[in-house]
Amino acid sequence: MNYLWNDSLSSFWSAWVIVITLGSIGFAFWLLYANRRTDKTPDAEGNVETTGHAADGIEEYDNPLPRWWFQLYVATVVFALGYLVLYPGLGNFAGVLGWTQEGQWEEEVAEAEERFTPIFAQYEEIPVPDLAEDQEAMRVAERIYLNNCAVCHGSNARGGYGFPDLTDEDWLYGGEPEALLATLHQGRNGLMPSWQQLGENNIENLTQHVLALSDLEHEAERAEQGAAVYASVCAACHMPDGTGNQALGAPNLTNDTWLYQAPGQSVADSVRQTLRNGRNGHMPAQAAYIGEERVHLVAAYVYSLRLQD
Amino acid sequence: MKHEIVEKNVGLLAVLILVVISFGGMAEVVPLFFQKQTTEPVEGLEPLSALELEGRDIYRREGCVGCHSQMVRPFRAETERYGHYSVAGESVYDHNFLWGSKRTGPDLARVGGRYSDDWHRAHMYNPRDVVPESIMPAYPWLFENTLDGQATPAKMRALRTLGVPYTDEQIDGATQAVRGEQEITALIAYLQQLGTVLEGTR
Repeated sequence: MNYLWNDSLSSFWSAWVIVITLGSIGFAFWLLYANRRTDKTPDAEGNVETTGHAADGIEEYDNPLPRWWFQLYVATVVFALGYLVLYPGLGNFAGVLGWTQEGQWEEEVAEAEERFTPIFAQYEEIPVPDLAEDQEAMRVAERIYLNNCAVCHGSNARGGYGFPDLTDEDWLYGGEPEALLATLHQGRNGLMPSWQQLGENNIENLTQHVLALSDLEHEAERAEQGAAVYASVCAACHMPDGTGNQALGAPNLTNDTWLYQAPGQSVADSVRQTLRNGRNGHMPAQAAYIGEERVHLVAAYVYSLRLQD
Repeated sequence: MKHEIVEKNVGLLAVLILVVISFGGMAEVVPLFFQKQTTEPVEGLEPLSALELEGRDIYRREGCVGCHSQMVRPFRAETERYGHYSVAGESVYDHNFLWGSKRTGPDLARVGGRYSDDWHRAHMYNPRDVVPESIMPAYPWLFENTLDGQATPAKMRALRTLGVPYTDEQIDGATQAVRGEQEITALIAYLQQLGTVLEGTR
């Protein structure tokens, strides 16, 4: 991909930069050098003639610059010239060190790769369930999890409103290593359509039926009416018995786990809202951000959560 | 030359000061106006859509730039966290630049696609709901205000005079494209495209 044109300055602009840079340094140095002495020498008694400028009876001397100050100034000029020889600064002249900011970055990255790649490579060979038992690997993995996943799933991996809990046994797309790896690699796009077109009455019946599936308090009559609609509309994804389908990411409706129950919202209201408006959960693919080898570690970390307590 | 002459003529002093302080800009800034690296868009860069453009204006209105930079610098510590460092060609359609210089919150140059739209909605409504330790203010009014799109075509025409290649169809359809949309939708549309032009940014 072409995003860095190897696009040096034209010779005009190169010369322009060089002339201004060296000219400024030269001019500043000349200015100080030309003013380093005063032509007003002290008389026999050591009195120095003033500039003749007086304000409120205070007269202004015209003494030379202090030597230490002048020498310090010369040192900055020498430093500037040395810098311009070593580093890029003068138009197209790259500097004798050949330093570039991209080069420095590449060096840093290469150094880190050299140090960390073998470690990650070693972890990548260990199957996810075994890796999940490796304390040291899990300490590394936890850091990666906290930096990249905790923003949505929470630092304790308990999720939140709209973001799945990773510590429970309810998995939208499956909690086995292959499923976790697939989720991390490709991301997930939940698609629960809106069923507004069924009408409010049917939505209410379906809501009561869904509550019944999880053995929650419900209106039996409506739930029964909802069962027929459920069979024709919902069962394709959520299965006739309501246990869901991990291949589609269709949640299990029988285990009283409600991803989209907002804080303070009743289950019934949450289900109604889902039926009316649909849901579009989205898990972004992570491999492009954290890299393949870290994906493996994070999968193991998520797997390890079920091993705790 | 006697410095008295300069010191006693304010006009001359002002001119000379301007000359001196312009040296830095002339050497460091002016040549960039004539370089491909800074004036040519990166491959695949498209002007913001009408909705994204409105989102960008909301980003500016709410002062996001005060706490979030949009500039990943070429240090490993930054590219590990945010992705590929920013390049000038990504910003050629930006007027003004929103690179920012203060990171109270994280850099957003490559935030596009990183989180789901739902996450952004939850986060903007009340950041504490998703990031308990966040100090970012909440922006609930973005969920109440809707766009009317009256000024969108004029904004796009103004950008076109600055070199952003909007087509007539885009400008004619702009009001239609944004009218009635929530402000939060526009803002998220803007955020979700940030930094997505460079592929394989890791």
